Amino acid sequence: MAEIINVSNVTKSYWRDSMEIPVLHNISLNIKEGEFIALMGPSGSGKTTLLNLLSGIDRPTKGSITVGGIDIAALGESALAKWRSANIGFVFQFYNLIPVLTAFENVELPLLLTNLSKSERKKHVQTSLEIVGLGDRIYHYPKQLSGGQEQRVAIARAIVTDPAILVADEPTGDLDRNSADEILNLMERLNKEFNKTIVMVTHDPHAASKAHLIRNLDKGDLIPEMV
Amino acid sequence: MKVLKLIFKNTLRHKLRTSLTILGIAIAVIAFGLLRTVVTAWSVGVEASSANRLITRQAVSFIFPLPYAYKEKIESVPGIEEVTFSNWFQGVYIDKNQFFARLAVDANTIFDVYPEFVLSPQEISTFKKEKNSCVIGIDIAKKYNLKIGDVMNIDGDIYPGRWDFVVRGIYKPKYKTTDATQMFFHWDYVDDRMREEAPVRAGDVGWYVMKISDASKSAEISEKIDALFKNSPAETKTETERAFQQGFLASTSAIITSMNVLSFVIIGIIMLVLANTMIMSARERTREYAVFKTLGFSAKHLVGLIMGESLFIAFLGGGIGLFLTFPLVSAFSEVIPKGFFPVFQIEPITIVLAVSAAVIIGIVSAIFPIQRALSTRIVDGFRFVG
Repeated sequence: MAEIINVSNVTKSYWRDSMEIPVLHNISLNIKEGEFIALMGPSGSGKTTLLNLLSGIDRPTKGSITVGGIDIAALGESALAKWRSANIGFVFQFYNLIPVLTAFENVELPLLLTNLSKSERKKHVQTSLEIVGLGDRIYHYPKQLSGGQEQRVAIARAIVTDPAILVADEPTGDLDRNSADEILNLMERLNKEFNKTIVMVTHDPHAASKAHLIRNLDKGDLIPEMV
Repeated sequence: MKVLKLIFKNTLRHKLRTSLTILGIAIAVIAFGLLRTVVTAWSVGVEASSANRLITRQAVSFIFPLPYAYKEKIESVPGIEEVTFSNWFQGVYIDKNQFFARLAVDANTIFDVYPEFVLSPQEISTFKKEKNSCVIGIDIAKKYNLKIGDVMNIDGDIYPGRWDFVVRGIYKPKYKTTDATQMFFHWDYVDDRMREEAPVRAGDVGWYVMKISDASKSAEISEKIDALFKNSPAETKTETERAFQQGFLASTSAIITSMNVLSFVIIGIIMLVLANTMIMSARERTREYAVFKTLGFSAKHLVGLIMGESLFIAFLGGGIGLFLTFPLVSAFSEVIPKGFFPVFQIEPITIVLAVSAAVIIGIVSAIFPIQRALSTRIVDGFRFVG
C-alpha cells in the first residue's frame, strides 16, 4: 500500500500568555492508503492535536505534514480549506450537525462548495445516507434522531464528497455500546468496501480493536508501534 | 439547499428573540419616520418660500403693525413688480381647536404675488368684486365640507365681533409643499369696520410682501426699502421670504434640533440591540462556524451567513416599520390640531433615510460577530462551551 500521510518531526506548542505549552514532541508517523489506524492515549497526550494537524485544521509549530503528496503546512488558509473539503471527511464525538438543517441538508453542506447540480447533489446525498442506513430519515432534524443516528448522519456528511481520508475524533465517545458498535462496524465497512483511510482517536480499547494499527501517545510523544 | 435558506433558518432559530428584535427595529423606524416627518413638516414653510419674494415687517417685532401708507413708497423702489400685504386675523371658526391661518389680504394683488394658490379667473374676479368674500384652501373646504356660496362665521378675537365671509373661491396648491389650509379675505372689509369700531387700529398692515423681478438683487432692494423708513416711528426690516420663514423656525430651533438628534439616537440604540442579538447568535454558533470552516467553507461564506442574517432581520424590521409608518403618520396628523402642520406627509428623503438606516444597522451589527467568527481558530471553536 502506498503512503498517504507522512508526518515528519512535527512539534506543536500552544502559547498561553507568554508561556509555551508543548503538546507534541518531534512526532513522525506514516499512514498507508486504505489503512485504519487508531490513536490512543490518556487525556492531554496530544492525540486530538495530532489528528487536527494531519487533517489540516491546525498547523504544526515545527516539522512537515504531507498528505497525498501535498505539504499541507505550506498551504494558505483558503487553499487549505479547499484541500480539506476535497480530501478529508470529519467525524466528531458530538456529531456537530447543524440543528436547523435536516439530515439531508446537513449531508448536502460539503457539496455546496462543489460545482454539482442540484440533482447530482441529491443523488450523492441519498447514496451517502443509504450507505449509513438512514435512507428513510432524510427529512428528520438532528433533534428527531438518536445519538447513533446523528453520528451516522455525520459519517454520511463525511463521505459525501468521497474523500480519501476519514478522521474521527472519539466517534463513539458519546454513544451507548450498541450504537457504538453500529458506528464502528460502519467505519470498518467504509474502510474495507470503500478503501477509506481512517484515522481514529479513541479512549476505548474496543473501538481501537477495529483498527489495523494502534498508535499510542503519551505526554506528547508517540510510543513505538504495536499491532 | 441554498445559503439563503440557511440564513432564513438561522433567523428563525430563536423565534422569540428574533421577533422582539424585529419588533424593536420596526418601532425604531416608526419613531424615526414620525420624528423626521414632524421635522420636515416644521420646515415646510421654508421649503415653500419663493426666492423672488421679499417680506417687510416692523423692525422691532413682527407683532407690531406697519402703516398702509407704506405701500405706495415701497412700490416706488426699482426692481419691485408687485406689492401685496396681509394682516394676521386669527379668530375662532366653530371652536378654538379648529386652527388654520386666517388672513386679511389685499384682494387685488394677493394672487399675483402668490401664484402657487391656484384659482380660476372667475373665482379671482368674484373674490375681488365682493368685499365680504373669502378664498379658502381645498384642504379646509374638504375638512369642513364647504363649497362656493357657503358662509363662514368667524368669532373675532384680535378683531372683536362676529365676521361672516362668503366662500367665493377654493384654491388648489400648485406644489406639494404649498399650504392648502389657509383662508383669505379682504383687508378692506376688516379695515372699514375698524374705522367704525376702533379707529385707532384702522390703516394697519401686518406685513408687506413684494414680488421682485431679479432674486439676485434681493439684498439691495431690501436695503432700499428699509432706508425709506429709517428714523420713522415704524422702521422696517425687509428680508427674503426664506429668511423670514427661517426666523420663525429659529424660535423653535432647539426643539427641531432635539428631534433630529433623537431620531438618530433611536437608530443608534436599535443598532446596539441588533448587534447584541447578532453577538449572542454568533457566540452560540461558535462550534457551528468551526464545523463550517472544517468542511471547507471560506471566510466569504461565513461573512455571507452572518451579514445575511443581520441584514434579513434589519430589512424585515425596517420594512414592517416603514409600512406601518404611513398609517401612523396619517393617524398622527388627525390627532394634532388642524392647521398646525399644513403639510404633514412622509417625504421621500425620510423613506431613503429609513431604508439607509436599516442597511447601516444590518451591516454594523454584523461586524463584531463576523470579526469574532473569522478570528476564532477551528480548534478553539470546537473547544468553545457557550
